[in-house]
Amino acid sequence: MKAKTVDKIATGVFIGIAAFIVLLLASLLGYILVRGVSHISWQFLTSPPQTIREGGGIGPQLFNSVFLLVLTMIITIPIGIGAGIYMSEYAKPNKMTGFIRLVVEVLSSFPSIIVGLFGLLVFVNFFDFGFSLFSGALALTVFNLPLMVRITEQGLKGVPLSQKEASLALGISKWTTIRSVMLPVALPVILTGTILAAGRIFGEAAALMFTAGMSSPRLDFTNWNPLDAVSPLNPFRPAETLAVHIWKVNSEGIAPDTPEIAAGASAVLVILVLVFNLGARMLGRYVHRKFTATK
Amino acid sequence: MAKSYDRLEGKPHLTEEWVGKAYTFVCIMFLVITISSMVYFVASKGLSTFLVNGVNVGDLLTGLKWNPEADIPLFGALPFIFGSFSTSILAAIIAAPLGFCAAVFMVEIAPKFGRKYMQPVIELLAGIPSVVYGFVGLSVIVPFFRDTFPGQGIGIAAGAVVLAVMILPTITTIATDALAALPAGLKEGSYALGSTRYQTISRIVLPTTLPAQMTGIVLGIARAFGEALAVQMVIGNAPHIPHSLFESTSTLTSAITLSMGNTSMGSVHNNALWSLALILMLMTFVFVFIIRMLERRSKL
Repeated sequence: MKAKTVDKIATGVFIGIAAFIVLLLASLLGYILVRGVSHISWQFLTSPPQTIREGGGIGPQLFNSVFLLVLTMIITIPIGIGAGIYMSEYAKPNKMTGFIRLVVEVLSSFPSIIVGLFGLLVFVNFFDFGFSLFSGALALTVFNLPLMVRITEQGLKGVPLSQKEASLALGISKWTTIRSVMLPVALPVILTGTILAAGRIFGEAAALMFTAGMSSPRLDFTNWNPLDAVSPLNPFRPAETLAVHIWKVNSEGIAPDTPEIAAGASAVLVILVLVFNLGARMLGRYVHRKFTATK
Repeated sequence: MAKSYDRLEGKPHLTEEWVGKAYTFVCIMFLVITISSMVYFVASKGLSTFLVNGVNVGDLLTGLKWNPEADIPLFGALPFIFGSFSTSILAAIIAAPLGFCAAVFMVEIAPKFGRKYMQPVIELLAGIPSVVYGFVGLSVIVPFFRDTFPGQGIGIAAGAVVLAVMILPTITTIATDALAALPAGLKEGSYALGSTRYQTISRIVLPTTLPAQMTGIVLGIARAFGEALAVQMVIGNAPHIPHSLFESTSTLTSAITLSMGNTSMGSVHNNALWSLALILMLMTFVFVFIIRMLERRSKL
């Protein structure tokens, strides 16, 4: 065959496969949304789940997911940014730094179920936090830290060297330079990355099954005292998140409307992840424009 | 005068610097301590099956029967190991060509459309939670396989398809980066000699970016290997090596997911599950090692 004919066929194949992938993604998203959205209603989003009868909702699970995300971020962000600053600015290029880099890489490729098992052993049993939001938040912190470190490093590497040197030349200490000159410049990158990481946390289930637990005790949404056992704000109560609920409903649900609940909950989860993704992109662009005065 | 100035202004300066350095160092040490204790705890738990309960390492790795609750408990984990390897490698075999073709399309054929629309969509796909993939697999792929092929639909094939879609973004993103990072001179030289685009791609672009492409594939396999819930939902969870791709089987992760909550800490069954987790962890080290080797090669 002539080389040009082969080239045309090959181009056709490449385009065909690319189109197939786009179609696959579109139909995947479409399937989840079309099947699930019809089941979403205010009642579904706010009422507690039912075990045997139909008409169960996902209210507590939705609240747990959001609350757990907030708790995790409160713990992750200071540690992750601190560690990222160390790796990017203070670490000297020696064997020790190489080792730490390897550790971060290994931690980021650990399966989430291993992180969950570690959480079960250490946070739930050893420190005796029990199956609780707090244990779950700590497990998710472990799961999320390497990503946070990488994001911070990336952000700081993108700061122009001249800005850093100008600040240092004024006699400002390195730490103040990092805090008040470099971090603001790196903020758009760090912010975008953090929100994307938050989306990932939102959908995580394997690390939570054995740490935050798979049951949701009765919650009293009028009681906002964080120390009370039925208060939604109590971080030491077991909490099933939305992602864990989808898994549980699919594998052991016995209510007659199980498929609809799974579809509705999946749609809610995917919509929230989409919101995180688009939000991160838009916010990143906005902050970048604000800080660099470009169009 | 100069001395008093130093005493007043110089010291807070140093303190401040010291505080910053100490704070970031504590943060990074937290990370190192966490992973060390993770390795220590999982290893000590996983090894206690052999050291405390006296199960033979060889029996666990090569045994075909898993029946920990029987009168004479059997701990043959080979079906799980086989299930994990077969699903993740099959997933990579499906996803790798697709990812490479998508990357070629985005970089070489339609860069504008690729950068602007296709890449964000593929990144979006990476953000979809694994339970949602499992749910779609359970409600679309399993019924489809059940109707098309003999068997119940659940099994290695369903697991591999779900995993392939899950790791496609990883493989595509790395393949795209590798293609985009290729020096333009290489391609231009090939075009200048009169080769067509396909000849350039197959003889210049693919061979030079091969180590990087392999990195993406290994990363994908590593992710598929550790994925728990999506696979558990579609694989059927029968603890034996299947005779066909459409027969119920198990993986390391699905066995752990299913039984860890039902066994009590310290029992032989529980310890055996920790041994499975240890195998999973050791495989992670192997994958990281392979990726490091490949990255070193692609730099040359």
